[in-house]
Amino acid sequence: MKHTLSVLVENTPGALSRITGLFSGRAFNIESLNVAATLDPTLSHLTLVTTGDEFIIEQIIKQLRRLVDVFKVVDVSEGEFVEREMSLIKVRAEEESRAEILRMCDIFRCKVVDVSPKSYTLEVTGPESKLKAVIELLRPIGIKEITRTGAIAMIREKKTI
Amino acid sequence: MAKMTGKQMVVEALKREGVDVIFGFPGGAIIDLYDTLEKDGAIKHVLVRHEQGAAHAADGYARASGKVGVCIATSGPGATNTVTGIATANMDSVPIVVFTGQVPTALIGNDAFQEVDIVGITRPCTKHNYLVRDVKDLPQALKEAFYIARSGRPGPVLVDLPKDVQNARAEFDYPQEIKLRSYNPVIEPHGKQIERAYRLIEKAKRPVIYAGGGVIISDAYKELRALAKAMYIPVTMTLMGLGGFPGTHKLSLGMLGMHGTYCANMAMANSDLIIAVGARFDDRVTGKIEAFAPLAKIIHLDIDPTSIQKNVKVDVPIVGDCKRILKKLLDAVKDAGRPAEAWRDQHQAWLQQLDAWRKRHPLTYKKESGVIKPQYVIEKLYEMTKGRAIITTEVGQNQMWTAQFYKFDEPRTLLTSGGLGTMGYGFPAAIGAQMAFPDKLVVDVAGDGSIQMNIQEMATAMEQRLPVKIVILNNQFLGMVRQWQELFYDRRYAATEFEMTPDFVKLAEAYGAKGFRATKPEEVDDVLSKGLEAEGLVIMEFAIAREEGVFPMVPAGKATTEMLLV
Repeated sequence: MKHTLSVLVENTPGALSRITGLFSGRAFNIESLNVAATLDPTLSHLTLVTTGDEFIIEQIIKQLRRLVDVFKVVDVSEGEFVEREMSLIKVRAEEESRAEILRMCDIFRCKVVDVSPKSYTLEVTGPESKLKAVIELLRPIGIKEITRTGAIAMIREKKTI
Repeated sequence: MAKMTGKQMVVEALKREGVDVIFGFPGGAIIDLYDTLEKDGAIKHVLVRHEQGAAHAADGYARASGKVGVCIATSGPGATNTVTGIATANMDSVPIVVFTGQVPTALIGNDAFQEVDIVGITRPCTKHNYLVRDVKDLPQALKEAFYIARSGRPGPVLVDLPKDVQNARAEFDYPQEIKLRSYNPVIEPHGKQIERAYRLIEKAKRPVIYAGGGVIISDAYKELRALAKAMYIPVTMTLMGLGGFPGTHKLSLGMLGMHGTYCANMAMANSDLIIAVGARFDDRVTGKIEAFAPLAKIIHLDIDPTSIQKNVKVDVPIVGDCKRILKKLLDAVKDAGRPAEAWRDQHQAWLQQLDAWRKRHPLTYKKESGVIKPQYVIEKLYEMTKGRAIITTEVGQNQMWTAQFYKFDEPRTLLTSGGLGTMGYGFPAAIGAQMAFPDKLVVDVAGDGSIQMNIQEMATAMEQRLPVKIVILNNQFLGMVRQWQELFYDRRYAATEFEMTPDFVKLAEAYGAKGFRATKPEEVDDVLSKGLEAEGLVIMEFAIAREEGVFPMVPAGKATTEMLLV
């Protein structure tokens, strides 16, 4: 089962490596990992997507909390939450496909952020399912390169972590 | 506020934390701190012969005394030599603080001479660690290091000190109190969980207390005994828990697990309620996990939430300090007001059953004439020391025979590497324990294999005039591995036989210590009494039955009821 964890961690050198080391050392999975500063510059917000049965997820959360640098861990996928991921996709854009790509952009509300004679670079934002759909549709046209941010997530409504 | 150098800050912090002895070995990157320690003169330094010895000695000091042990090493190889000691302390939750020198900050990352990323190397085997890049951060880091090492589930903390930081100056504002927003171990148990636990205990017909090292770490010895006595609940101990409940008490079932007693393993297998106190259901205790305690509900007391539900499903988890939890449970028992007889009657059939198991297969060994049995040596050691010595062990058969045949009645009297299983731990740990208790009898029980892993510390013990007594059970084998080869590898003794072993008596003499040897059973008593009474450092070597095994034994991966008996 897939879980999205929000982790608030002290913004100190080595903190991220403690977290990734914990996952590799204890054979837990990381599907994606995203880190950036929060409003409070002494804390970083880390969004981590992982998989495992309930016992493994319980261990992951407990082990994360046990790290001296970890301030807070929440399994946001336990309740209602919003999840977004961004991707930059460089797609082959020859004469015959340029119009079709733009049409697809329109449907999926992607942005063209760079144009060259033979390619478009698209910015796609959305839940993972949408990114997957866009990638699948662009694949036959010819994807030259792709980068993804990994998911970031937030609990819905008034709650904060 | 007066400015101070980094090296002065370290010495000052050691004093404020009540450290009176440290173990270490100098080098270029830590020479500055050594200079300040020497000039200051207030803290006793024990010069070891290998940094691994320093880490184990700090660990032995900590386990014996309950205080934080401190060791110090230089950068690079000095630092890496402490890693086994750090990992040992980490697995057994021992509070030590390790200071390492580091190359100057400007050179970090340049592959400088004797540079190693020790903070990176020890990240997975410390509770926490610090590379202090700015002397202004040093007072806070020092305070945090000691606080984190000793609080919650204790463990090793490493502080890496670049050479320029040791010499830079800043104000020394040492915090009195400390509060970390991201580190708040739960000490007080939840009242609801106590109630739920009590309701299970009230109904149980075949309860067992399964006590681990947490009992000793949290000083919960009295509370545990009171609780067991109040409700007539039998107690089995893990290797780390030995001494946490008196081994000679009639409610004691002895040690459980791979080399535990028949009675203890049968008790777990047939119990309807296991009360785990500061233990972590390690594979050496549970055996085949699917077959572990199939009939039992489980109450698990532990300060570390990650220990709970890691290996087995738990019915009532109680997070907190074991001593506090046991006190609360004891209060709940008192409040319920059931007379002692009611508890006794409720568990009488169970206690009788346990007695029958105990009698059916007590801990024993085959006596043979003409050859020294290691178990006999331990029995005699127990008798002659009246069970009052601090015993350290190495790892392997020597460790298991000691755990089985020395009856530990008091906490902090058995110092042994349980989690990591570090050969070479016992002797330097004995040095640490003897530094903490100069007047107590400290005995290291060793095998001929493991004693050679840190034999160089003989010089340390001599230099410090430490009267540690070493018992070497010499079978000229790496005995435990040999036993596995005998049982599971068709007796192919791959690399376990020592064709050459030093003359340990002469070796003792070479260091200026005393050496005694017994090769026949009738010499055992004499060698032990001479050796224990002799002044100073002593080696007592016993040429034991070469292929003696440790039994009972649960083969790895088997259910704990599938014991190989004597």
